[in-house]
Amino acid sequence: MTPRFYRALLRLYPAGFRADYAAELERAYAESVRDRGRIGAALAAVGDVIPNAAAVHWEILVQDLRYTTRSLRVSRGFAATTILVTALGVGANTATFSTAGFALLRPLAFPEPDRLVRICEGINGRMGWGCMNELSPALYRDVATRTRSFQSVGAFLRIGVNLAGIGEPVRIPATLVTPEVLPLLGVPPVVGRAFDASRTRTDDNRAIVIGFGLWQSQFGGDGSIVGKTVSLDGTPFTVIGVMPPSFHFPTPEVQLWMPLVLRDDAFADRGDTYLQGVGRLDPGVSFEQARTELATFARHLEREYPNDYRNFGFSFFRLRDEMSPRFRVILWSLCGASLCLLLLTCANLANLSLARASERERELAVRAALGAGRERLVRQMLTESLVLVVCGAIAGALAAALIAPLLGQLVPSSLPLGARPPLDPRFFGLAAAFAALTGLGFGLLPARRVAGKTGFAALREGRGGSRRQRLRMALVATEVAVSVILLVGSGLLIRAIARVNEVPPGFSTDNVLTLRTALPSPRYDSVAPRNEFFDRVLPRVRALPGVESAAYTSGLPMVLTGGITGINLPGEDRNANRRDDTRAASYRFVSSQFFAALRIPIRLGRDVNDTDTRGRPLVAVVSESFARRFWPNADPLGKVFETRGETLTVVGVVGDVRVRGLERVAEPQMYRPIFQSSDGLGGLYVPKDLVVRSTQDALTLLPAIRRIVREADAQQPLSDIRMLADVVADQSVTRRTQIRVLGALAALALLLAGIGIHGLLAFTVAQRDREIGVRLALGAQPSVVGRMLVGDAVRMALLGIVPGMLIAYAAARAMSSMLFGVPPSDPLTFAAASVVCFLTVAVGCARPAWRAAHIDPITALKAE
Amino acid sequence: MTRLQDQVAELVPLPPATLHILLSLVDQERHGYAIIQDVEERTRGELRMSAGTLYRSIARMVEQGLIAEVAKRRTLADDARRRYYRLTPLGEACTRAELRRMTDLVQVARQRGLRPEAT
Repeated sequence: MTPRFYRALLRLYPAGFRADYAAELERAYAESVRDRGRIGAALAAVGDVIPNAAAVHWEILVQDLRYTTRSLRVSRGFAATTILVTALGVGANTATFSTAGFALLRPLAFPEPDRLVRICEGINGRMGWGCMNELSPALYRDVATRTRSFQSVGAFLRIGVNLAGIGEPVRIPATLVTPEVLPLLGVPPVVGRAFDASRTRTDDNRAIVIGFGLWQSQFGGDGSIVGKTVSLDGTPFTVIGVMPPSFHFPTPEVQLWMPLVLRDDAFADRGDTYLQGVGRLDPGVSFEQARTELATFARHLEREYPNDYRNFGFSFFRLRDEMSPRFRVILWSLCGASLCLLLLTCANLANLSLARASERERELAVRAALGAGRERLVRQMLTESLVLVVCGAIAGALAAALIAPLLGQLVPSSLPLGARPPLDPRFFGLAAAFAALTGLGFGLLPARRVAGKTGFAALREGRGGSRRQRLRMALVATEVAVSVILLVGSGLLIRAIARVNEVPPGFSTDNVLTLRTALPSPRYDSVAPRNEFFDRVLPRVRALPGVESAAYTSGLPMVLTGGITGINLPGEDRNANRRDDTRAASYRFVSSQFFAALRIPIRLGRDVNDTDTRGRPLVAVVSESFARRFWPNADPLGKVFETRGETLTVVGVVGDVRVRGLERVAEPQMYRPIFQSSDGLGGLYVPKDLVVRSTQDALTLLPAIRRIVREADAQQPLSDIRMLADVVADQSVTRRTQIRVLGALAALALLLAGIGIHGLLAFTVAQRDREIGVRLALGAQPSVVGRMLVGDAVRMALLGIVPGMLIAYAAARAMSSMLFGVPPSDPLTFAAASVVCFLTVAVGCARPAWRAAHIDPITALKAE
Repeated sequence: MTRLQDQVAELVPLPPATLHILLSLVDQERHGYAIIQDVEERTRGELRMSAGTLYRSIARMVEQGLIAEVAKRRTLADDARRRYYRLTPLGEACTRAELRRMTDLVQVARQRGLRPEAT
């Protein structure tokens, strides 16, 4: 008797081979047992069966591949459509999910990133994302010394510095850090050392740590960089270390870390909140425990400093989560859209496979009747489906690589992540697996059906069945529904961006060049050298041919969105108003011609002018909302108010500007003449941005302006050179990217739905040609036949559009925070989406309907 | 070229196992085990084909049309359940072509002074 083990071993062979040769092999095995004994025969059998079974499988695969190539060459349309559909689905999904996963799921490149948190001022009871204010030095010190949840707490402040001495002077983004910050992040430098909290405070005051990128670009990767001196803002600093290339903090563009030195007087004002707090939780402390401790600590502080903290709390979140909720909604909505597309891809693949199945049943029935076993047929179909899926997946990977850079713009720049999200092979695998399962599952249908019957039954039976037809209709309706959802989604976003763009910024952007000359501290800390610089630059720029007006300002609207200060009217209690939001105004120093350069209208009084100097009365120009807020029923001109310890007189009223961007409400604005600024003005308010309005192409002025600045100060770099129009356009760059992506997905969805509808109807016509032929032969009008088909298409469209609209409405409500006031039920968008869907259906069914109406009854009947 | 010649040109040169199986079937129809024994005997025990290799080769050769299964065996002495194989005309033509190819090779070697008989 053949041992069970050998029979089990033989199962490694394909069933067809087994049926032919198992008996012979078993007999040979029995003889082998006689010759070599049981064990010897068993060992020999293992060595014999495994390689030979593999070889037999391989030979069949090669055969099937040859057959597949032949059969797909015949049905080229089917092959191309299937590959295209798979590629689109797999590509779009891989790219979208890789981007979203990168921003939402990937751990930061620090050891134990979940223990890293950001701490800032929030509102009592709302402790999640969203800083109301950053920390004041005093509050930072309190958190660092009086709480127990943290292993270490540090503070940082982002700045820019002028790096001179190596080639052209350049402006580079840098971050001031307390000595705790780099050690608590946990990434050691590749060269030298980082700042060290255990050293005395003054040791590292003139030390810097540089990023790998800066080390390579500015210092050529100099191996002996540690100990070298560089000039930053005119002050020498010693390089003590270089961070590895993967280290990004707080954002990827920062390549330089300098010591944050807090002088004693910095701790006086608790309202001056400019330090960003970062901490590492103690190993034994959970996120929730730390949150509870901070909440209790906030109550303590309120009692201790009733004037400074009222209704106060900490905002506390993981470093990982430092992105606005809107970014999350954007990313999740793209994921949703992408999933829709995957669903569509699968529906379409299923449909294509079903159509092909019906087409091939006869061919397979013939082969079954000629003796091909079920296993052979199934394998054959499997190979074909697999070839299509593999081709589609490869094309999909290429498509993903093309789409990914576009999506990369959606990664929030607030996260310390490398700039470009890499494609994630896991998501590729997942999308490809979905496509493969659908393709394979439906690809096997014909073989299963045929093999389940006796050969003649399959041959006799006609093609397809009404149940399958209904399944295909349901699939097409699903495709229409998904298209509606994506169309409505992108339509609403387009309406929203249109609305955003309708918001008047309050100034005019055409032909205004902006650039920054950030004057370094301490050289320009006092007024005299600063004013001298402006005196040497401004008149000469204004004298350039084509220049209409030129002015300096502390910061451009929509770029400098902070810089808010408190306002007091004479006689008011300063302490009571200290943290009152309704008393806040944006605070800027501007030179004369600023309002002219930006075309901000002067409503009352006068512009600031260059004779408003320190020796003269201190004046201010305020915005209309400022005047309304403080003197609702009186003439604001000549009124006085107090800010930052100085009393100012209003001499002019100008139009309001959207300082915080088109989509946010801005505080009232106040402008002071630059020549009335004082020594030790904070870096935020020092005039540094030059705006130049010109009658010709403003960019042609750049070389001349560069020369003027160099002549005023050879060490002074120019940076942030942009047209003001681009500054405003940058406001909606995420929105535009999102619309492009969602729009592209919607277009794809429509295309797929169109293919689906066309495929189904073309197939119906091919299948019913005999019936249609009989109808026509019996005198039916061709137009009636065509209408019948169009009716089918409209039914399918309606079946999809109605549920699609309902889901779209739900989705729109979920993303209403991005809609900028466009209602989620916006009738125009919904109407447009259904019209577009109907048009797609119309295009999809045009050819099949025409064909049906033009069937020649005689040919159709003869074919049977 | 005739169709047979085309097919021969496509299949030759033959793998060694295939040639051995064809040679075993030149003088008589045989079943699988008999083929193994015949090859072993002819090669004086140097080549012993495993059952797996044999039937894989047989399956392929049947598909290629080099050999065919004998429909019915009449002689009672034979085990009726065994499957017997015979050479087809294509198989015979391929065998001849392969042998011709080998003879030519041996001839070339001899002309260059290399005698396969001397070891």
